[in-house]
Amino acid sequence: MEHARVLRGVAGVAGFLAAAEIVGATGLIDDRFLPRMSTILRGAAELLADQEFLADARATLVAWGLGLLLTVAVAVPAGLALGALPPVERAVRPLIEFLRPIPSVAVIPLAILLFSDNLHLRVAVVVYAASWPIVINTIYALRDVDPLAKETLRSFGFGPVSVLLRVALPSAAPFIATGIRVAAGTAVILVISAELLAGGAEGVGIYIMEAAGGNRMDLMLGATLWAGLFGVLSNSALVAVERRLFRWHDVRAGAAR
Amino acid sequence: MNVIRAVGRLWLVPVTLVAWEIATRAAGQPFFPPPSATLARMGEMWLSGPPAHLLLTEQAMSDFGPSLARLFAGWALAAVLGVAAGVAIGCSPRLSGYLDPLIHLGRAVPPPLLVPFFLALLKLGTPAQLATIVFGIIWPILLNTIDGARTVDRQHLETARIFGFSTAQRLTRVIVPAAMPKIFAGLRLALSLALILLIVAEIFAGSGGLGYRLLSAQRTYLYADMWGCLVVLGLLGYLLNSAFLLLERRVLAWHRSARQTT
Amino acid sequence: MLEITDLVHSYGSHRVLDGVSIRAAEGELVCVVGPSGCGKSTLLRSVAGLIRPTGGRVLIDGQPVERIPDNLAVVFQDYSRSLYPWMTAANNVALPLRRRGLDRRRRRDAAMAALDQVGLADAAEKYPWEMSGGMQQRVSIARALAYRPSLLLMDEPFGSVDAQTREDLEDLVLRVCAHHGMTTLLITHDIDESVYVGDRVIVLTRSPARVAADLPVDLGESRDQIATRQLDAFVRLRAEVGRLVRGGSPTPTVLEKH
Repeated sequence: MEHARVLRGVAGVAGFLAAAEIVGATGLIDDRFLPRMSTILRGAAELLADQEFLADARATLVAWGLGLLLTVAVAVPAGLALGALPPVERAVRPLIEFLRPIPSVAVIPLAILLFSDNLHLRVAVVVYAASWPIVINTIYALRDVDPLAKETLRSFGFGPVSVLLRVALPSAAPFIATGIRVAAGTAVILVISAELLAGGAEGVGIYIMEAAGGNRMDLMLGATLWAGLFGVLSNSALVAVERRLFRWHDVRAGAAR
Repeated sequence: MNVIRAVGRLWLVPVTLVAWEIATRAAGQPFFPPPSATLARMGEMWLSGPPAHLLLTEQAMSDFGPSLARLFAGWALAAVLGVAAGVAIGCSPRLSGYLDPLIHLGRAVPPPLLVPFFLALLKLGTPAQLATIVFGIIWPILLNTIDGARTVDRQHLETARIFGFSTAQRLTRVIVPAAMPKIFAGLRLALSLALILLIVAEIFAGSGGLGYRLLSAQRTYLYADMWGCLVVLGLLGYLLNSAFLLLERRVLAWHRSARQTT
Repeated sequence: MLEITDLVHSYGSHRVLDGVSIRAAEGELVCVVGPSGCGKSTLLRSVAGLIRPTGGRVLIDGQPVERIPDNLAVVFQDYSRSLYPWMTAANNVALPLRRRGLDRRRRRDAAMAALDQVGLADAAEKYPWEMSGGMQQRVSIARALAYRPSLLLMDEPFGSVDAQTREDLEDLVLRVCAHHGMTTLLITHDIDESVYVGDRVIVLTRSPARVAADLPVDLGESRDQIATRQLDAFVRLRAEVGRLVRGGSPTPTVLEKH
């Protein structure tokens, strides 16, 4: 079954590539705008040896990784504090409800004013935008912790801090992890939007703008392809880590169903 | 009673506003105009028009009109495409086997990266903007619809077979309604994503609309205008989400109640 | 009317039905009873054409079942998953009637008539989730009635309702099946029920299922929840079915009567 699925997936991708190539070969589409699939793939392969692209990719990755780390460092404690202190959460909630719907890329122009360093700018917008899913997931997760589990520990004389660390945090962890995975996706969008908007010397967004300026559609789409593949890999890596770390969660959720 | 409860819930909002007002006045920093100045500027920009137009100014029309039109057009287009494709893929395990890797790849491409591509391929302005929005937001709709159509209760489908429903009936009366809760979840995600991509698209490929206004305000040092845009975008996001929740509650009344009783 | 001959079905190497033969005459209500997990549902699904059996034949009115026959309706045990929660009771009942080529008005009339027969004329505009389990199962029965099948299949139709409702539904089924002269195959694991409702009781063995016995029920046409269950014939037959379901061998005296 699994075997057939993989085969089908491979066949689907191959079919898509072949179809795109054939459409390109018929000349129906001007290949200055949409290059042939083989040209795009060749462009993508060339990029791996292209020092400039590699430096750009590294810059984007650094901003993404740093931003995400900082986001986790800020958003998880913030979420825990709000989740553990309901009166504070109630007071802050209207502010969150007004701030969260602001489309996150809209803060980039403001950030451009505040940060002169490109890395700082990118990290800052990532932290702003990617914090929401983590904070919100953490608050909800803490609210859903089984009260019996907490009371059990409390009855053994543990204080509120150890209850938070020993019961609330572990049972909230799977939801926090999901929040981080969502945040990772948001962070990519923000880093690249910031690159496109604020410019700078290095970054995949910058590379793509330059390729577009030089009419190198093949390199542009090749770079986009790599970005997509990176997204698939990083997402499945995070899913795999979640599965491994939180196997108990799946089992429990399965049993409850 | 209700007023007291609302005050109890919302007290931090005025407190923050006042603190912000005092802090910005004391700092005198041009990037951070006091909220009162922002508010005054918003009124001037958008709400000082003739009463016949509900006070909306020409500028409000040219800022909000095209933006909202693009937002809804892109969202509707993505909804139609995403739901249609999603139902087809969800109903056919074979088709989903072929398309799964492509869908995962498509979803993982950061949509802003494609803006320069759409600009080169399509015309500047609405076509490129719509393409950006549709490409960026179709994934949650597609994936949710696939999931919803794939997990329709077996007995719902068998009942349809027993009573000899036609293919059209099975789709419109059984599969789509059964998948509706998940489709709606996807549509709601897509709506907030659409607002983000609208701004991206208008900043890059636009010559009007809120995103354009936001960037040009920043570039021409009109910081109160810029903050005004931010506030209005937040309000817009809030309103869209609330309106959609209201619609969802109405359409999916059966779903919420059915889940409560079982 | 219904002829099941040597029906065999396996899931992989696991044999579920092992040569089951059942016949039902026009208008007869046949109960199939057997231990849990003995393949009763597989039998019903084969008759309905929902699955293709590994071997054997199913004929309805002399026609082999190859796909789902259009003169057949099914009432499932799990009404909450068989009724569509996004439609009112009336729409749930009316929807299948499109296949009968009725226009909207006549579909509506037929649905209302069927709902009236099951005592739910007032609940036509309610949604399934606004109703009790027993009411939902009645809607399900109304849907089958309105469809006017010549063969009605019921898969543990009273398995998910409370005891009082169950008795009401049993009487309802007896009444409407007699009234419409429908041939009915009712599958149950409840021994009492099979004897009370059936014109005949077929007992299946533990998996893989075979027919252990085919017993006529001589309790007359009209039955009563209290009086019928006190009859000697009822008590004797119930004991016999119970013994057979638990794997006992048939008692000669009962078989002689057949």
